[in-house]
Amino acid sequence: MDFDEALERFEPVLGFEVHVELGTRTKMFSAAPNPAHPDFHDAEPNTLVDPLSLGLPGSLPVVNAEAVRYSISLGLALGCEIAQSCRFARKNYFYPDTPKNYQISQYDEPIAFEGAVEIELADGRQVSIPIERAHMEEDAGKLTHVGGSTGRIQGAEYSLVDYNRAGVPLVEIVTKPIFGAEHDAPEIAKRYVAAIRDIVLSLGISEARMERGNLRCDANVSLRPRGQEALGTRTETKNVNSLRSVERAVRYEIQRQAAILAAGGTIVQETRHWHEDTGATSPGRPKSDADDYRYFPEPDLLPLAPSRELVEELRSQLPEQPVAHRRRLKAEWGFTDLEFQDVVNGDMLHLVEATVVAGATPQAARKWWTGEIARLANEQGVEASSLVEPEHVAQLQALVDEGALTDRLARQVLEGVIAGEGAPAEVVEARGLKVVTDESALVAAVDEALASQPDVLQKIRDGKVQAAGAVIGAVMKAMRGQADAARVREIVLQRAMD
Amino acid sequence: MTADITRLAGHELAALLVSGEVSSVEATQAHLDRIAEVDGDVHAFLHVNEAALEQARAIDERRAAGEELHELAGAPVAIKDVLCTVGMPSTAGSRILEGWIPPYDATVVARLKQAGLVALGKTNMDEFAMGSSTEHSAYGPTRNPWDLERIPGGSGGGSAAAVAAFEAPFALGSDTGGSIRQPAAVTGTVGMKPTYGGVSRYGAIALASSLDQVGPVTRTVLDSALIHDVIGGHDPLDSTSLEREWPSFAAAAREGASRGDLAGLRVGVVKELDSEGIAADVQARFQETVRVLTDAGAEVVEVSCPSFAYSVAAYYLILPAEASSNLARFDSVRFGLRVEQAGQTVEDVMAATREAGFGAEVKRRIILGTYALSAGYYDAYYGSAQKVRTLIQRDFDAAFEQADILISPAAPTTAFKLGEKLDDPLAMYVNDITTIPANLAGIPGMGLPMGLGDDGLPVGLQLLAPMFEDERLYRAGAAIEALLAERWGGILTTKAPALTGREQDGAGR
Repeated sequence: MDFDEALERFEPVLGFEVHVELGTRTKMFSAAPNPAHPDFHDAEPNTLVDPLSLGLPGSLPVVNAEAVRYSISLGLALGCEIAQSCRFARKNYFYPDTPKNYQISQYDEPIAFEGAVEIELADGRQVSIPIERAHMEEDAGKLTHVGGSTGRIQGAEYSLVDYNRAGVPLVEIVTKPIFGAEHDAPEIAKRYVAAIRDIVLSLGISEARMERGNLRCDANVSLRPRGQEALGTRTETKNVNSLRSVERAVRYEIQRQAAILAAGGTIVQETRHWHEDTGATSPGRPKSDADDYRYFPEPDLLPLAPSRELVEELRSQLPEQPVAHRRRLKAEWGFTDLEFQDVVNGDMLHLVEATVVAGATPQAARKWWTGEIARLANEQGVEASSLVEPEHVAQLQALVDEGALTDRLARQVLEGVIAGEGAPAEVVEARGLKVVTDESALVAAVDEALASQPDVLQKIRDGKVQAAGAVIGAVMKAMRGQADAARVREIVLQRAMD
Repeated sequence: MTADITRLAGHELAALLVSGEVSSVEATQAHLDRIAEVDGDVHAFLHVNEAALEQARAIDERRAAGEELHELAGAPVAIKDVLCTVGMPSTAGSRILEGWIPPYDATVVARLKQAGLVALGKTNMDEFAMGSSTEHSAYGPTRNPWDLERIPGGSGGGSAAAVAAFEAPFALGSDTGGSIRQPAAVTGTVGMKPTYGGVSRYGAIALASSLDQVGPVTRTVLDSALIHDVIGGHDPLDSTSLEREWPSFAAAAREGASRGDLAGLRVGVVKELDSEGIAADVQARFQETVRVLTDAGAEVVEVSCPSFAYSVAAYYLILPAEASSNLARFDSVRFGLRVEQAGQTVEDVMAATREAGFGAEVKRRIILGTYALSAGYYDAYYGSAQKVRTLIQRDFDAAFEQADILISPAAPTTAFKLGEKLDDPLAMYVNDITTIPANLAGIPGMGLPMGLGDDGLPVGLQLLAPMFEDERLYRAGAAIEALLAERWGGILTTKAPALTGREQDGAGR
């Protein structure tokens, strides 16, 4: 059903569960290295493990104090209260990616609860998203299903398990039901997840890369007929791995449910799987409220009672809220309204900021991200952030600034960086893309070009300076583009007058 | 020398090792010989350490080189199979872990190694420590050295029998509801369940995490104290391990043994553990012991702990609930037994493995625990049981206002016959009525011999102290042991059958 028509007949109610992987050095409950920490990204499967990650008999969990501090900071940044005392619980279920066949999570006593996140829509309106709770837990391992066509468990011949991720510290942020989103529902979904991402980044507690699974969003959508009090049956859409997907998935789910309800059907309570390629969701596991995880307090861990001193210390260290942060950047960078909106709507604020932090001017950083990089991302249908690191963009701009690259060469270097050929300096080296600064080589090339075009030479000597363009073109061609055109022009004029 | 060093108490053997009169190789060899001689009958060991002599030799070399070693260095020790040991299989008495060799040592094992003790091997136990007779071991029962037709108690029947049969001077056990104290009672040995959190659980294959505690099993109180001093204290790998300085328990035991009287000690007799269900001969020995204590100057008072009536019921909710979760990891995916057929899903393989790998008692408790934790039943079962726990703690608090230590029989009867209660789980469960309250409250408890029953089999005394007061048990326990030994002309195990014709005279040492 058409989106507008769906909204006419039904009111959407949203809810989000966002999982944030914390980038601590070690795992949530053991000293095994954490793959969500930058030093351990590229580890081979099953190398970041210890007895606890594998659920070996006799192993015991010990709470990672750094993860607790990160969680409290995040809770505070979400405007939550921090529990005087909270505890862990076991969530029992059998699954081969869960080494103990229970997950240590928080159930009735989360570390943070009752908060709100302010988000700003494209047109400047502010919306407050109510937060129910944020709780700590451990991640499961990762299953890879081999054989079969879909890469999913159905039809697979066998599955491989990687326990590196087992025990990665997570904070799960759960919103209350979000009412009144109406036509803004898809945008609110995207802005909310982006806001969580920005908060997490500003706290420095996670790399928050959705494509890497540092930040994962489950989007709950239900519809109720206009005028009805009771909530409709909800679905929970998983595998939503980019902001764009969040927006699309919510829109899709609203339309899908509206069509079913309008035809007199009922919505099945279930998890659904988002497919980036087809832009649709498909049914996953039926999920009912009666799912029995046999929660009970984790007897291997003591209750956690964060001291008020610690909470206040962390509160005093909180960075500014995203909305305030954005306003400050806009003023500092001196962007026009249009320029700034362009950056924000392209979800590139954090990328531009990181590039500026890495040494580029705000304008140069903006041009790269909203220009060439956005174009390439669009072309490839991926997120700009997944193409290139902000540090590399800053390095690229530095090479341009020092005259080692022309804009045109810089774009070629960018392609190399995106292709995984290394940092900009390495690509320049490997591809031999450096600007020719050898003065004698340039002079020789200019002399040769002038000699082969005596008529042009004469025009220049007659004062028709614009005629030099033809010679400059020939020289640039001979230099395979690797020369500074401005300098070539100077030399051409100088040699022509000699 | 070699002929009788297995008869020495652990601390006596250790003294000879320190003085150089006996080498660790000699001590170890003597015990390996003893194991070879009698363990075919007793079956205390599931695995004998092939590297024991090599490790003993290393200790001898270090001592010869003049290195300052721990006072127990070179002494042999037996380790309950519930504890993870590098280089030795650790099965917890279950088929599902057959042959599994852990890549790490339990903290208590690492501390014994650090002190230079030599592991003789792994001792038999009820599967995953579920049982009171060691008959639930997947590898066959252990027999009581006092009467091979009788059970050695459980779950740590292997460690108790090994010590009682002179196969080891020291052993480690684990106590969830009495698995150290009850086997001690029925084998005439000493066993100590420390304060919860006093000894690390890291590397102890969990039965019920909030109840489990590792402790020593020996023939004398001082020997238990010496081992407790080595294995106890804070471990950063166990979040429930207490961060506190503990006194020397060996010093407390030595002081208690040398004092000769109990003047000023207030001893509480727990009314609820002194009558119903306690056999007449056990009651008789208990009354005699009470008189010995009174004669030695102790002030004996009766205390009442009315909530103990609910302890077995609460225990059999909390234990299965926690166990059902702790045992979920035995699923064939990463370690242990795997039972599979081509074309099966991982769920099929998990189910088939657990069906084949777990014994009936383990399955019974997993089912009980899964049920007790189910949505809608949690409050009525697990929740209520936790409340009983609080009530029992309050009972103890009140009792300890009137008494420094509490005493009771450690088990209701002497060792029953193999097979006698195997088909009656409830009768088996009730056998732990005396020991369970200490686990529910987290307080320390000690089992030590208080004589022989009408059938000539050992009867055990239980001592209980408030949380953190383990020292009090060693002091009082050693004093009581000394008073009783004086009456008997030696500690009780000197009266144990020799098991072979070779050492008929050994009992008179």
